[in-house]
Amino acid sequence: MFYREAGQFKTTYLADQQIFPITQDRIGVLLILAVAFVAVPMLFNEYWIKAILIPFLIFSLAALGLNILTGYAGQLSLGSAAFMAVGAFASYNFMLRVDGMPILIAFVCGGLSAAVVGIAFGLPSLRIKGFYLAVATLAAQFFIVWALTKFGWFSNYSSSGVITAQEMQIFGYKFVTAESKYLLVLSIVVLLALAAKNMVRSSIGRAWMAVRDMDVAAEVIGIRIMHTKLLAFAVSSFYCGVAGALYAYAYIGTVEPEGFNLDLSFKILFMIIIGGVGSIVGAFLGAAFIVLLPIALDVMVQEWLHGIFPPSISSNLQLVVFGGLIIFFLIVEPHGLARLWQIGKQKLRLWPFPH
Amino acid sequence: MQFFFEVLIGGLLSGVMYSFVALGFVLIYKASGVFNFAQGAMVFAAALTFVGFQELGVPFWLALLIAFGVMVVLGILTERIVLRPLVNQPPITLFMATIGLTYVIEGLAQGAWGANVRGLELGIQDEPIEWLMETANISVSKFDLFGAGVAALLVTLLALFFQYTRIGRALRAVADDHQAALSIGIPLQQIWRIVWAVAGFVALVAGLIWGARNGVSFSLTFTALKALPVLILGGFTSIPGAIVGGLIIGSTEKLAEVYLGEYVGGGIDSWFPYVMALAFLLVRPEGLFGEKHIDRV
Repeated sequence: MFYREAGQFKTTYLADQQIFPITQDRIGVLLILAVAFVAVPMLFNEYWIKAILIPFLIFSLAALGLNILTGYAGQLSLGSAAFMAVGAFASYNFMLRVDGMPILIAFVCGGLSAAVVGIAFGLPSLRIKGFYLAVATLAAQFFIVWALTKFGWFSNYSSSGVITAQEMQIFGYKFVTAESKYLLVLSIVVLLALAAKNMVRSSIGRAWMAVRDMDVAAEVIGIRIMHTKLLAFAVSSFYCGVAGALYAYAYIGTVEPEGFNLDLSFKILFMIIIGGVGSIVGAFLGAAFIVLLPIALDVMVQEWLHGIFPPSISSNLQLVVFGGLIIFFLIVEPHGLARLWQIGKQKLRLWPFPH
Repeated sequence: MQFFFEVLIGGLLSGVMYSFVALGFVLIYKASGVFNFAQGAMVFAAALTFVGFQELGVPFWLALLIAFGVMVVLGILTERIVLRPLVNQPPITLFMATIGLTYVIEGLAQGAWGANVRGLELGIQDEPIEWLMETANISVSKFDLFGAGVAALLVTLLALFFQYTRIGRALRAVADDHQAALSIGIPLQQIWRIVWAVAGFVALVAGLIWGARNGVSFSLTFTALKALPVLILGGFTSIPGAIVGGLIIGSTEKLAEVYLGEYVGGGIDSWFPYVMALAFLLVRPEGLFGEKHIDRV
């Protein structure tokens, strides 16, 4: 009844090609943004913002990056955490070694460094496909973490390879409180998500999807495979790199290369699979699910099972439930939460009428 | 030169250990097209179950049998609960499901048996063979040689099984083409159960050998990561590929660690196999013995 595009006539191409062609969508997105920018910092306490919302946004960004590569361009990658590490360490070094480096430029430089590394490790994708490529991207995962640990220069010769992120400061304003950090992260994520949304509906995005669906056919109709695949790797790594920089600067504060291990890569992959492969919304939904699930499990174990099992059993129980839920989700909705979202929208168009 | 040979032989023998794990991957991938990431967790679970029962005072052979039984049940349950509802899903979804399965198996195994590191005794000493020591002055561990022997036996058995039995023929048919196999009356689900059971058996053998070598602990699950480069080097679909790939990876890894490692600060065995396999793939994208992929529009 309320969500219906009937009667919204488009008289110009411009109106037809806007990001959200349906008025209700536009209002909805603006509402969500208003809530995220204004209501959330006022309503939520520091714990929520610091421990849940900021990591949620950062992981959304990383999942967005991986979704561009895996969901849109069809190149399965298991090395996204390593690209996050590149972004974090590169930003740190730019801040450290360039005098008066503005923090935002450092983030961009971190992202660009990750993009360069991403292109280098994306080169094999020109010859290797499918699971062979997935395993090949593990080379990036292990090599990058090893290099960051082994060569002291990256961590400014700190004894254990741990870096402590510098203070974030823009035009003299220091981002110290959780709210300010949250707003900074949110702005960056919104900007990049908007850029991603526009990318995937432009000719670049269509080329990615053509390569994903069948690369030989894409080549035949004149899409430059090398250019397209490497661009996907570059953009994806840029997103992951910026996410990594934010992870270090706005979330954890001190990071070590080992923090960006294979588990984190898998986590990001889970986000896009559960959220929905090839969907921008999916990246956010999946990130929310994967960030919230362990916390919810933790709380449940604390509340219900407190004292019944020793802690060693309950931590294993958590592992089993986490794995089981992932399998359950894959079986129930293999196309991810984004599909549920779409089904919901479809239902809403007809509601309250049956047809 | 002696040192070189010693490193080479040590590497080859440790490569055999990688092949064990890679074998399990290949079996399942061949028959069902599933890239089973849970193989490492299966190795861990199998070894832990065996050791756990042995600690309860169960004799060796019975413990072996029970562990095998547990792996078979696990395989059947996996087929029933995870794979059957996911038929016809894209490979990446199945892959993610096996990662979920990894968590479940790890959690269950650790929940049942605890997370302590345990020793595993197979009754073979890890000491150099005297005869080789005296004649060629090369130290080769008895245990490693035993592991290699078991691997050879296992591969021969599997090859015979695949080549000459009715089930083996059905397995190969399923691997070739699911639908064609179904249409001539091969029960797909039964074949999958058998494959998972065989993979469980391979995991058990791998778990015993690895566990006897390094102790049974959570780190056994990482054997899967060691097996992946072997897998892409040898090709996902080839049993001989898994063996040859294992030998190549094992030997070059050890040689690189000894001869290259000192220049870059050591610890390169975490990524060297991957980079090598990657370089190799650039020349042969389907691995050594993998099926050649033909692109059609």
